[in-house]
Amino acid sequence: MPNPKECRFAETHEWLSIDEDVVTLGLTKYAVNELTDITYIEMKEPKSTVLPGESVGEVESVKTTSDVYSPIGGELLEVNDAVVADPSLLNSDPYGAGWLVRIRTTDPSPLDALMDRETYEIKYPE
Amino acid sequence: MTTFMEIKPTTSQGDSKSNAVVRGARAVEPLIFEKSVAGQRAVDLPPLDVPHADLPEELLGDGINLPEIGQHDLMTHYTHLSDRNFSVDGNFYPLGSCTMKHNPRINEWAAALPGLASLHPLQDDTQIQGALRLLYETRCFLEEISGLDEVCLQPAAGAHGEYTALKIIRAYFKDNGQPQRNIVLAPDNAHGTNPASCSMCGCSVNMVKSISGYTDLDDLRRQIDKHGAENIAAFMITNPNTAGLFDSKIAEAADIIHDAGAKLYLDGANMNAILGKTRPADFGADLMHFNTHKTFSTPHGCGGPGAGPIAVRKEFAPYLPIPQVIMADDGSFSLDRDRQKSIGKVRSFTCQFGVLVRCWTYISACGPEGLRNVAEKAVLNANYLAAKLRDVYEMPYFDPENGRFCAHEFVTVPEKLLAKGVTLNDIAKRMIDYDVHPPTMHWPVHDCLMIEPTETESKPTLDRFVSVMLNIAKQINEDASSLADAPTDATIRRADEVAAARKPMLIWE
Repeated sequence: MPNPKECRFAETHEWLSIDEDVVTLGLTKYAVNELTDITYIEMKEPKSTVLPGESVGEVESVKTTSDVYSPIGGELLEVNDAVVADPSLLNSDPYGAGWLVRIRTTDPSPLDALMDRETYEIKYPE
Repeated sequence: MTTFMEIKPTTSQGDSKSNAVVRGARAVEPLIFEKSVAGQRAVDLPPLDVPHADLPEELLGDGINLPEIGQHDLMTHYTHLSDRNFSVDGNFYPLGSCTMKHNPRINEWAAALPGLASLHPLQDDTQIQGALRLLYETRCFLEEISGLDEVCLQPAAGAHGEYTALKIIRAYFKDNGQPQRNIVLAPDNAHGTNPASCSMCGCSVNMVKSISGYTDLDDLRRQIDKHGAENIAAFMITNPNTAGLFDSKIAEAADIIHDAGAKLYLDGANMNAILGKTRPADFGADLMHFNTHKTFSTPHGCGGPGAGPIAVRKEFAPYLPIPQVIMADDGSFSLDRDRQKSIGKVRSFTCQFGVLVRCWTYISACGPEGLRNVAEKAVLNANYLAAKLRDVYEMPYFDPENGRFCAHEFVTVPEKLLAKGVTLNDIAKRMIDYDVHPPTMHWPVHDCLMIEPTETESKPTLDRFVSVMLNIAKQINEDASSLADAPTDATIRRADEVAAARKPMLIWE
């Protein structure tokens, strides 16, 4: 489970946590609160190529359907099958069991331009 | 078992709910399967007048579980269900983007005429000259309204029209040595069908930002540069757009996209706001579709049947689907199947004929002045409501003092009311208690209601709606928590939407 203190936060409400060259990506608590109850999650297939700034999948709630964007590019290593099977995990634990995908990146530099937790939380209070 | 009619008392908040009707008061209507009694029949088959033949054993199977029910019980069952229907015929239905307007009954009269209703699609052209003339005239009407060169009546819905037009754009570029053009640009407030149609045609979709509801032309230029002008197939735009605004820079957007060698596609969903006022061809559109149910008062029928004719410039005519209805020099009509470059058929036979009869009837009944009146009243009604409600329901794009009016619909983000602790859902659910259909929600922007009164609503109806919305605001200001259980007067109160979406029950067992 990532430590939210060490995560980077995107303007489009994704959190990213990096471990060597593998980035774990999920949606922030703020985003999940705004979406309300999540009913369906569909991510790209493992092994597919992720381009920086492009969508890695969709999250559907009773309110709307939203794209999930990855600020970094690379290869999609793994999708969290547990959250796909039980989307309520994203509501109950967005920074933990509700993570969405893991991406192996060759260029983590876009992470530097993202917000740290404090900046994000001031801008988007839960 | 029979369920007795339950008469509900007036609710405690019974302020101005003067004409609230207990609609569909029958709390439970059993499923038709639950009403089934073995051996009952709704139809009597005529005596067998051909030799009896048994079905082959292997085709018989174990039988299928169909309800068995008498004719009158069948009628009462569906009548009870229809009592619970919330319809344009019975209620105000300001569902933004959907144009839920009155369907004049003259349309139904025309569609039911035996000479039109009894035709068979395989009849010879010579036997259906009247029907072909009606289709040809519909073509001409739509060509004149759009200002474009040729109309195809075949697509069966608006989104189907998008799909057909994109196939045509692809075929056109392929034929002109530019098969790489497969990127479509669309504003971030585009209808969801736009990207879906693109994907179906093997195109990728990229969003263009909008600022204050209008397309950001700088971002349009940026997107073209980013993806390479030589790869762009089209820019799909709805005008007036989903924020209820007429994009007056549309001609400039058209120039930008034409300079890139790409085409401008107009999603004609909101044509009722500009009928007879401007023509899409005049502001640079190359192809477009009509939604006959929105613009020309054909029924919104639970997803069908529909019609989504497309109109195109001359250069795309060779690629239109076949058959195309044409008129010969001697005034006779026929179906032309001879277009070598046609993308083929996109549906069976010629078109959704019954719907197009209604479309022809509506256009003929209105005439040019009537159609202009449609546009004027659609815009006037929306601006009237927006002006009456703006002090209480904030409107991000409506600013008449600075010349920013709305078109046929408007968006409100009621921040002051939401700050009192209600949700947008609470407001929408409370509207049901006043017999008003909740508007479109959370689209095209977050926490918004998109309200479209349409041209067919009278001033008393609009004034009543204003009172309803102001009453709801008053109630929120007095006690926001009192909306939490709305609707109090509906048969079904708050359904468990989460459970329904996560674990839908799709079959009866």
